Amino acid sequence: MIRISVNGYEHTVDADPATPLLYVLRDHLALNGAKFGCGLGQCGACTVLVDGKAAFSCLTPISVLPGRRITTLEGLGTPEEPGQVQKAFIAEQAAQCGYCIPGMIMRAHALLQARPDPSEAEIRAAMDPQLCRCGTHMRILAAIRRAAREGAVPSYVGTIEGTRP
Amino acid sequence: MLRWWLLALATLVLVAIAGFAALAWQPSLPPAALPVTAFDPSLVARGRDLALIGNCNTCHTQEGGKAYAGGKPIPTPFGTIHATNVTPDPETGIGQWSLTAFVRSMREGVDREGNHLYPAFPYDHYARVTDEDLAALYAFLMTRRAVRHEAPPPDLPFPLNQRPLLAGWKLLFLKAGSYRPDPARSVEWNRGAYLAEGLGHCGACHTPRNRLGAEIASEHYNGGEAENWWGPPLNASSPASVPWTEASLFNYLRDWDPKHGGAVGPMAPVSHNLSQVGESEVRAMATYLTALMGPPSGERLGRTEAIAARPDAAPDPRLAAGERIYAGACATCHASGGQVPYTVNSLAYHTTLFGPDPRNVIQAVLRGIRPPEGAAGAIMPGYAEMLTDGQVADLLDYLRARFSDAPPWTDLERKVREVREDIPPTSGSLGGAQVESTPDLRRGG
Repeated sequence: MIRISVNGYEHTVDADPATPLLYVLRDHLALNGAKFGCGLGQCGACTVLVDGKAAFSCLTPISVLPGRRITTLEGLGTPEEPGQVQKAFIAEQAAQCGYCIPGMIMRAHALLQARPDPSEAEIRAAMDPQLCRCGTHMRILAAIRRAAREGAVPSYVGTIEGTRP
Repeated sequence: MLRWWLLALATLVLVAIAGFAALAWQPSLPPAALPVTAFDPSLVARGRDLALIGNCNTCHTQEGGKAYAGGKPIPTPFGTIHATNVTPDPETGIGQWSLTAFVRSMREGVDREGNHLYPAFPYDHYARVTDEDLAALYAFLMTRRAVRHEAPPPDLPFPLNQRPLLAGWKLLFLKAGSYRPDPARSVEWNRGAYLAEGLGHCGACHTPRNRLGAEIASEHYNGGEAENWWGPPLNASSPASVPWTEASLFNYLRDWDPKHGGAVGPMAPVSHNLSQVGESEVRAMATYLTALMGPPSGERLGRTEAIAARPDAAPDPRLAAGERIYAGACATCHASGGQVPYTVNSLAYHTTLFGPDPRNVIQAVLRGIRPPEGAAGAIMPGYAEMLTDGQVADLLDYLRARFSDAPPWTDLERKVREVREDIPPTSGSLGGAQVESTPDLRRGG
């Protein structure tokens, strides 16, 4: 049994301590925002925040997480009330197939918390670990610039119904 | 009587100062007639290979900057030195340098104007290079695109910022004379020795240095360091898991070897450069270096396979935390038996897990690995955001026990912290950036 904190809620998870966080999020907590892409930390589809920093959940065993705060896409907003970065991605229509977008939004959120007014070069360097195979990069970049224009990204961790243990 | 002694002492001091000044003074050489462009294309082509073997571009090209235009900060234990512009720009580069001035800089560490250069520029090695090869290198550099770019001055404290003092350093540590072949050895061995000791300057990172920053001649290739990475020994004390052969070292120096993997850290650009020069040059270096390491002792043969075959389960319950991290974070690639591209059969094949210095493993875990721009090679994500210092230390304790037969590393958590301090906050995913801590405002339950 391992206790982890996800989107502000404490969960007690019955899983092998070596299990990657991604499987626990999807299979135990039904938080399906983070996606399985490559399982090797090379595509970024599984990106979540650990203590506010972007991390590949497919390569993060839950044994290293007790005492740390995990934020997933679901923690940033709801379909009715999307978060600031989520709203910007919708406004710019940044998704095509959409599979990479949760990871993109999480890393963009981490970037904007660390650098509220990033330069174009900083955005590109920070987003480098995230792959998109549809080729919507220009819209993704536009969405991040739009989110930055709208002021500081809120650093609170929100919750949505259904993520409660 | 006292007055006589004082006079004698004053005279002695004056003579010493005058002597040192004569030693330290170097004339300014006349500017070359411009433009210096008439070079035989075959000479330029040879110079290109020699520049790659000399790894000139790695220091003299800044990240995101123009080729050979300098400006890159070179960290040294004494302070930061900025590599100079070696493009033929007449104002900020070497455009006004004659061949004579270029040869003097490479062999004596003096620029055209007569200033002593810091030995971060490895003229202690370049002094071994022949006249012909220096002429080829000159032809190559003088035919690059001239870039106007002033390199920042060195950032060194007093008295190290006094360049004339370098004359004393040179008196102690700079040996004149180009490479003298050893007639008892093969042509290939001699070619390899010439390249490795001269332009290749392998010893700069693989030989320990004394407190004045000079390589310790009696400890040639006993292992050194570069940019907070460990440079493994290249002599009989090599701790390599699988003893090196000429064939495997040739593979490693050019690209990747199935028994050792590929170069990372400051060695990565070296092998990327060597992948672009004539195979015979790299084979000669592999011949020379393998001969230095000598034939391996019997107990080293076959040990890697035996270690790799051991079970992954932690042999000691104190290593269980590290085993879980390995299983959850590393095994997907590293336990694939070499199925994932650019992974070796088992981590037991990596020399760094057998060496006395854990920094290379810490660097790889925290920063991850990526190939040089435009090259194919291993990609590994960095774990700086995912693992705390203590967790990286747990992981390394486990890796050392599971994948090597060397004694445990000590004081790992401090060493992890020190390497982490070195990682710039803007690298990759802004890993080191501070994020304000956020309370769980809406904790439910």
